[in-house]
Amino acid sequence: MTPPTPPTNACDTTMTTDAPAALSPTIFERTRPGARGVRIPQDNHAISQDWLNSIPAQMRRTDAPQLPEVAQLDIVRHYLNLSQLNHAIDKAFYPLGSCTMKYNPKVCDLASAHPNLAPLHPRTPDALAQGSLQIIHELQQFLRDITGFDAVTLQPAAGAQGEFVGMMMIKAYLQDKGELPHRNQILVPDAAHGTNPATAAMCGFEVVEIPSGLDGCVDMAALKANLSDKTAGIMLTNPNTLGLFETDILEISRLVHEAGGLLYYDGANLNAIMGHARPADMGFDVMHINTHKTFATPHGGGGPGCGPVCVTETLKPYLPSPNVEKTDSGYRLADVGEKSIGRVKAFNGNMDMVVRAWMYLLAYGAVGTKQISTDAVLNANYLRTQLRDTYEIAFTGVCKHEFVMNSHNQHAADSRINTLTLAKRLMDYGIHPMTMYFPLIAPEAMMIEPTETENKDTLDNFIAAMKAIDAECRNNPDIVVTAPHTMPIKKVDEVGAARKPELNFYCCR
Amino acid sequence: MDTPNTPDYLQNFLPHTDADRAAMLTAMGMTSTDDLFADIPAQLKNIPTPQWLPKHGLDEWALQERLNQTAKRNTGTDALCFLGGGAYHRFIPSVVNTTAARGEFYTAYTPYQPEMSQGTLQVGFEFQTMIAELTGMEAANASVYDGGTAVAEAALMAMRIQKKSSVAILRSVNPEYRDILTTYARGLEHVTITEVATVSELQALPNPSQLAGVIVQQPNYVGTLEDVATIRDFCQANNALFIVSADPVSLGVLDAPGNYGADIVVGDIQPLGNALAYGGPYGGYMATNGKFTRQLPGRLVGKSKDTDGRPCYTLTLQTREQHIRRAKATSNICTNQALNILKATVYLALVGPTGLANVAQRSMERAHQLAEKLVQLPGVALTFPGKPYGFEFAITLPQPANTVVQAMAAHNILAGVPLGPDYPEYANSLLVCCTELTTPEAIDRYVTCLTQVLANATATPTACASPSSPVPTQPLEACAR
Repeated sequence: MTPPTPPTNACDTTMTTDAPAALSPTIFERTRPGARGVRIPQDNHAISQDWLNSIPAQMRRTDAPQLPEVAQLDIVRHYLNLSQLNHAIDKAFYPLGSCTMKYNPKVCDLASAHPNLAPLHPRTPDALAQGSLQIIHELQQFLRDITGFDAVTLQPAAGAQGEFVGMMMIKAYLQDKGELPHRNQILVPDAAHGTNPATAAMCGFEVVEIPSGLDGCVDMAALKANLSDKTAGIMLTNPNTLGLFETDILEISRLVHEAGGLLYYDGANLNAIMGHARPADMGFDVMHINTHKTFATPHGGGGPGCGPVCVTETLKPYLPSPNVEKTDSGYRLADVGEKSIGRVKAFNGNMDMVVRAWMYLLAYGAVGTKQISTDAVLNANYLRTQLRDTYEIAFTGVCKHEFVMNSHNQHAADSRINTLTLAKRLMDYGIHPMTMYFPLIAPEAMMIEPTETENKDTLDNFIAAMKAIDAECRNNPDIVVTAPHTMPIKKVDEVGAARKPELNFYCCR
Repeated sequence: MDTPNTPDYLQNFLPHTDADRAAMLTAMGMTSTDDLFADIPAQLKNIPTPQWLPKHGLDEWALQERLNQTAKRNTGTDALCFLGGGAYHRFIPSVVNTTAARGEFYTAYTPYQPEMSQGTLQVGFEFQTMIAELTGMEAANASVYDGGTAVAEAALMAMRIQKKSSVAILRSVNPEYRDILTTYARGLEHVTITEVATVSELQALPNPSQLAGVIVQQPNYVGTLEDVATIRDFCQANNALFIVSADPVSLGVLDAPGNYGADIVVGDIQPLGNALAYGGPYGGYMATNGKFTRQLPGRLVGKSKDTDGRPCYTLTLQTREQHIRRAKATSNICTNQALNILKATVYLALVGPTGLANVAQRSMERAHQLAEKLVQLPGVALTFPGKPYGFEFAITLPQPANTVVQAMAAHNILAGVPLGPDYPEYANSLLVCCTELTTPEAIDRYVTCLTQVLANATATPTACASPSSPVPTQPLEACAR
């Protein structure tokens, strides 16, 4: 057993037991009663209490919440030290398949703090918010160019909410045609993102799973066998989650449309095809985009997102309400009409992300967006070809922006080794693990997406790391099995945490 | 090598030189990047020239100029702000944004790998604890999209827990939140959402035992305090969950919903250090007790130990989530508002318990000071006289609120949110908000300008632009006893 690493913080030296101390105390443990982190505005005037009597006594708070009482510098240090326990794009490589962890340009990030944007209240009358409305409208037009669709909403708060919007629009459309509740099946490939079946279920559809063929693409025979007058639609991403372009896509869309269903495009993998192909041209009827993937808005440790939805003219009347409209007298928020599926998020969507995506597309232009996809695909194929002799790749051929390999060769060398152990060992090389065990159809999957913003040295370093780990599997497998060794903590007991969840500092002391 | 030359300007974000690209292609045994797209059918590759997206990108300086030119058309940021209605103009301490701008937080992924994500995870744990403390509940999640989706998710959660398919919501809950709930409910079969205007209308509902939950907002959308005790008694008598939507700052003065019997508490964390940003991103919080915790949607951070026994944090109860449960997940949600909860956490650490109470008290004090002056003006009255309120209140004006809002905007004052579009029976009512940023001078200016606007009103004010929807049978009660 390795000795505990030194505490990261000067305050952490009060270890009294043999058990290793936490990396950092919580902010609550730093409380010094009476300490304050910031002065409240207008605190040089006493607050009159006259009004307080108008609030019935039983409705007033009598027990103060146990919030921290900490001086400003100590707060700054606390959170800065916590930040340094994270891996991040700004720090090192992040080859997470399906997540598109690309560089977030600083100029875009700073834009959202602009003094005419950040303090703008969402209920500001349209005439006084023309700048923001213009940005929304322009981004919608840019997205039409990229996707080939006719109309766009920027209201959804994230990709999964975009999926919900798209599927609700399909539902509303079928309802209008009088085809519900009969036509209630949504086909979802077994390689799909988990959000796809979860969304279809949320919208009240029955989910029918379609197996993939041996080549990793939609099995056409299975598709045909499942199409019927009950088919409401199909949810696909193209390229699919194995990183392979569905070459039969035009035939798929013809068949689904002939059966009376609609096609939903999961835009998670849009980074592979910008400027090379457009989802609308493939026959899709509706799609969502994840701005934190394709357009480099920050992941932020898990959010916020922003999930624009793009649709054909046919589905346009069903868009969430309100939407931005350009008129002779300027831009305005307009009601979409009675067919609208309604509102999914308060106010005007995640505007900060809209501003960043708008800046990003203006920075690249049409030539640049095509080059983004070209380089993303180039980088993925470079890794794939340099690693394929070391790691098994079940689905061969040129990939798009990502590819899936597995740990079978390494498991054969030592049966304790699997994808999870390899991924944890990768941390010791300073690289975040790839996406693991997804898609579910690829056993021991390791899904790798380098993105276009990594240079050749970074890619070569990753290749070298993966080959070095492979060698370790044969020569020194123990070091792989017990990894990680250089992280602030060792492997975590996730099962124990779930058995008896401790979610609150004051409840689990 | 026939790789086309890429424009130099792309090299600021795209690191490859053409020599790099050529070397990589050679290593792969290819001659052109076109080979990488050979699997896309030719007819799909024939893309029309973009209509709106410029062909070439802008350099950083030009980009900033474009931003400045566009953003300055938002003249609303130069005006005095008295707008509320679910989003609040509050002070954001510098440390909030400098902390959130740290690349280690900002550019990190979801903390699925706890060994590399203890920073994000501990912030989530601290946030959950702070929300539990504010609301008086045992556990909170690490956020959903916003306060509105939190209301919708709470309704779905109540229906899962109670195995019932009906929820009642007071009409005094934020109208946008109610719209979101309606949209979410439309996805599911056999779900009934009943809007009730008053507590007595709630009590008169037929088959109250079929309700999975009752949703109330405290203080409500029009600023006044609801009779939460009566609603709680109704819920308990009918085995319905009591769901409270609460502004977190108001909880600096008002009783914690956990103290008056709430089963699920939700709300929006925007007022805690998050910019108004014309609507988002904000963050929804959700808190509950005991066994209901396992029915919370979204991410939860739990305390655990590593193999050395060192205390640490990890995402927990993930088997509720879509990436494991797929079609049977508690929600399709796959994002939380990590960056926004970081801001809220740092904000609450900075202001502390006393500071938060002061922010709430100052806001309420200013609201009462302004309201007292406004009701002195001829033809102006509180819309809900005699009802206790917090830092928002509705006034009835002698002319349509929309007209007054426009006239006040000419004085560079955002006077409030008209109630008419959402409550047609109150076309002349304006929802006015004060915060800790409202100065005595701002209050005086509001009063002076409104006096002038009302005096200047012509005999034929333009009609209120609210929709021609019928007036509901019973007006909003908006009361506490």
